[in-house]
Amino acid sequence: MANYKMQMLVCGGTGCKSAEADGIVTNLEKAIVANNISDEVQVLTTGCFGFCEKGPVVKILPDNTFYVQVVPEDAEELVAEHCVKGRKVERLLYVNPDTKEIISDSKDMDFYKKQMRIALRNCGLIDPDVIDDYIARDGYQAIGRALTEMTPEDVIDVIKDSGLRGRGGGGFPTGLKWQFAAGYDADQKYVICNADEGDPGAFMDRSILEGDPHSVIEAMAICGYAIGASQGRVYIRAEYPLAIKRLEKAISDARDYGLLGQDIMGTGFEFDIELTYGAGAFVCGEETALIHSMEGERGEPTTKPPFPAESGYWGKPTNVNNVETFANVPAILLKGADWYSRIGTERSTGTKVFALAGKINNVGLIEVPMGTTLREVIYDIGGGIKDGKKFKAVQTGGPSGGCLTEKDLDTPIDFDNLIAAGSMMGSGGMIVMDEDDCMPAIAKFYLEFTVEESCGKCTPCRVGTKRLHELLEVIVDGKGEMKHIDELKRLSRTIKSASLCGLGQTAPNPILSTLDAFYDEYLAHINDKKCPAGQCTSLLSYYILEDKCIGCTACARVCPVNCISGEVKKLHVIDQETCIKCGACYDTCKFAAIEKR
Amino acid sequence: MAKIKSFADLKKIKEDVQSQVALREKGENSDNLVKVRVAMATCGIASGAREIMTYIIDECAAKGVENVVVTQTGCMGYCYAEPTIEVVLPGQDGVVYGNVDQKKALEIIEKHIVEGTLVDGIIPQTHKTIE
Ligand SMILES: Cc1cc2nc3c(=O)[nH]c(=O)nc-3n(C[C@H](O)[C@H](O)[C@H](O)COP(=O)(O)O)c2cc1C
Ligand code: SF4
Ligand code: SF4
Ligand code: SF4
Ligand code: FES
Ligand code: FES
Repeated sequence: MANYKMQMLVCGGTGCKSAEADGIVTNLEKAIVANNISDEVQVLTTGCFGFCEKGPVVKILPDNTFYVQVVPEDAEELVAEHCVKGRKVERLLYVNPDTKEIISDSKDMDFYKKQMRIALRNCGLIDPDVIDDYIARDGYQAIGRALTEMTPEDVIDVIKDSGLRGRGGGGFPTGLKWQFAAGYDADQKYVICNADEGDPGAFMDRSILEGDPHSVIEAMAICGYAIGASQGRVYIRAEYPLAIKRLEKAISDARDYGLLGQDIMGTGFEFDIELTYGAGAFVCGEETALIHSMEGERGEPTTKPPFPAESGYWGKPTNVNNVETFANVPAILLKGADWYSRIGTERSTGTKVFALAGKINNVGLIEVPMGTTLREVIYDIGGGIKDGKKFKAVQTGGPSGGCLTEKDLDTPIDFDNLIAAGSMMGSGGMIVMDEDDCMPAIAKFYLEFTVEESCGKCTPCRVGTKRLHELLEVIVDGKGEMKHIDELKRLSRTIKSASLCGLGQTAPNPILSTLDAFYDEYLAHINDKKCPAGQCTSLLSYYILEDKCIGCTACARVCPVNCISGEVKKLHVIDQETCIKCGACYDTCKFAAIEKR
Repeated sequence: MAKIKSFADLKKIKEDVQSQVALREKGENSDNLVKVRVAMATCGIASGAREIMTYIIDECAAKGVENVVVTQTGCMGYCYAEPTIEVVLPGQDGVVYGNVDQKKALEIIEKHIVEGTLVDGIIPQTHKTIE
């Protein structure tokens, strides 16, 4: 094998790949051949680096140079300058937006400084399609050790002692769950990996599967050994084509090596994995609905107990864990429960992966120790709020969660603290909102989602969420009355207590938490018929300011309904009756003469 | 692919493929490693910098000196003394050597990198390299 001096890692995550990563790889390879350095420089495709905001990303090793927003046309210059002459291509380096300082080594970027990567340990470092890359990074050592040196009980004990809790949202202790499944006798048991990931804005699980599929495969086999199962299934949504492709390749390579199949590593242990594709309904992420959907039935939840550990897939004892939960397992087995339990907080050990989205500078994927504060995540890692606007709230836990505000910024993030603050961990989506976001409208957005996704099995959820949505619509339309607030609250309580599954039980949360933190905004919509954030079009009017308008006519020309009148160099006026509040004039006026209020 | 029939087989494969990711892992841990930077500007390449870089990498590998990461940099401003290399021990300031041939390179590896003692041929530094 050639002894390469340099490796160019090109991000092949979905975020970057849609932005021409393939073309970059092809062009880099061409340029390397043209410069006659094929035996010195290697080009590799890896999983997501997390810095998707500035993708496509190319990282050069061993000097850690981090190039951002690379296009295929840059390839020639990168090779000729960086690889041949040893000069960095400055225009493609990352610039710290605050200090304007050019940063070349990714380790010096604030984005990476506070992160700690366990579940993402191989993402952006290995080629996910190359099983040897994974093996070189201690891959399959954990299952090897489990099979040769540990009893199934030992494995369960390590996971229990590590304190690992489920990353799919509920936070249930993983070791305990394995112990339950191990406790039932059956001729067949199943290990299921939940890769349904339905929260709007979430892409943690997708990135893990795309960037390091073997870590999940290995962990499922470990779980199989621990609970006595020889069959694994990954339930993955069909809209994740790249993750599916990488997973299929990984499973097939693991079989070729004999790391899946019969008599693994000569120990007599048998385990294999198949994929099942989901159609992308949010409720199918709920474990009982997921199992029904896998059996070819309607993806509707059923009551627990019986829990899947007792009677799951085809009525057999089944252990369901989330992708990220699994990704932690091999690392825990190799480094020990002690090591893991010292990371994070007392009752939430380890790290958590979050997908940062919304009005934040560094949209992307991060992993931090539990106990990191929201302020560190949003300002230090996330780079603060876009366009210098003011932070207003961050929604965690997706449509089941709630919003956290200024007062929660210094709360250490863990399962229990987030619940105490009125939200929840959820699967790790974090949507950041700024002063321009209207909170009743945000609540309405989430309710739209739950109305759409409710499976319809039980009335409180099916009809109740629809009613909640209607009430919110009335309020943002400016037709709300105080009694509507009481109705929202009463209905929310009923839905929470009378719904069958988590979807219904948590659906009112976005309303309750915004009512709690932003009651004033609801009042403004109802009593003053105003939207303080200036978002709800029905409550807005556009006015031209007498002292600012110079009569340039620009606004009148863009108005789609021709409702602005005025002569050249004279004050213009909007006819409020005809105005459809499209905002075109507001965006066009160069003299800040148009106001919305 | 040959089947992995035992845990020992797996460990063997890991050893064989270890070098595949070694370079990447070095990048991750570069703060704890000895950095060797080879100047690769026009005159450096002309005077054999590329060959010296390859020599250092191969020689370190052959000697099992693993705590070294070799990278290239642009012009260091010492045309008269090319090839030049800079050696940076963890937590210390860098030292630049000029006119490095294979013999000098070997001496630098054995003395400076492994034992931490300076050898002859140091150029007093006139400027800091830009990283
Ligand atoms: C409406 C609803 C949607 C869910 N969606 C997901 C999902 O997309 N992914 C997931 O891992 N868990 C999801 N869950 C949680 C699962 O039911 C289950 O608790 C989880 O997969 C268990 O794995 P863990 O213990 O590793 O977290 C959802 C739950 C509910 C109620
Ligand atoms: S709570 Fe909603 S999603 Fe859950 S079972 Fe009932 S109707 Fe279906
Ligand atoms: S664009 Fe602005 S300044 Fe020009 S006429 Fe309209 S309001 Fe007046
Ligand atoms: S908001 Fe739209 S419709 Fe109303 S005056 Fe401006 S351009 Fe015309
Ligand atoms: S997909 Fe490329 S950095 Fe995230
Ligand atoms: S070109 Fe030779 S040292 Fe700069």
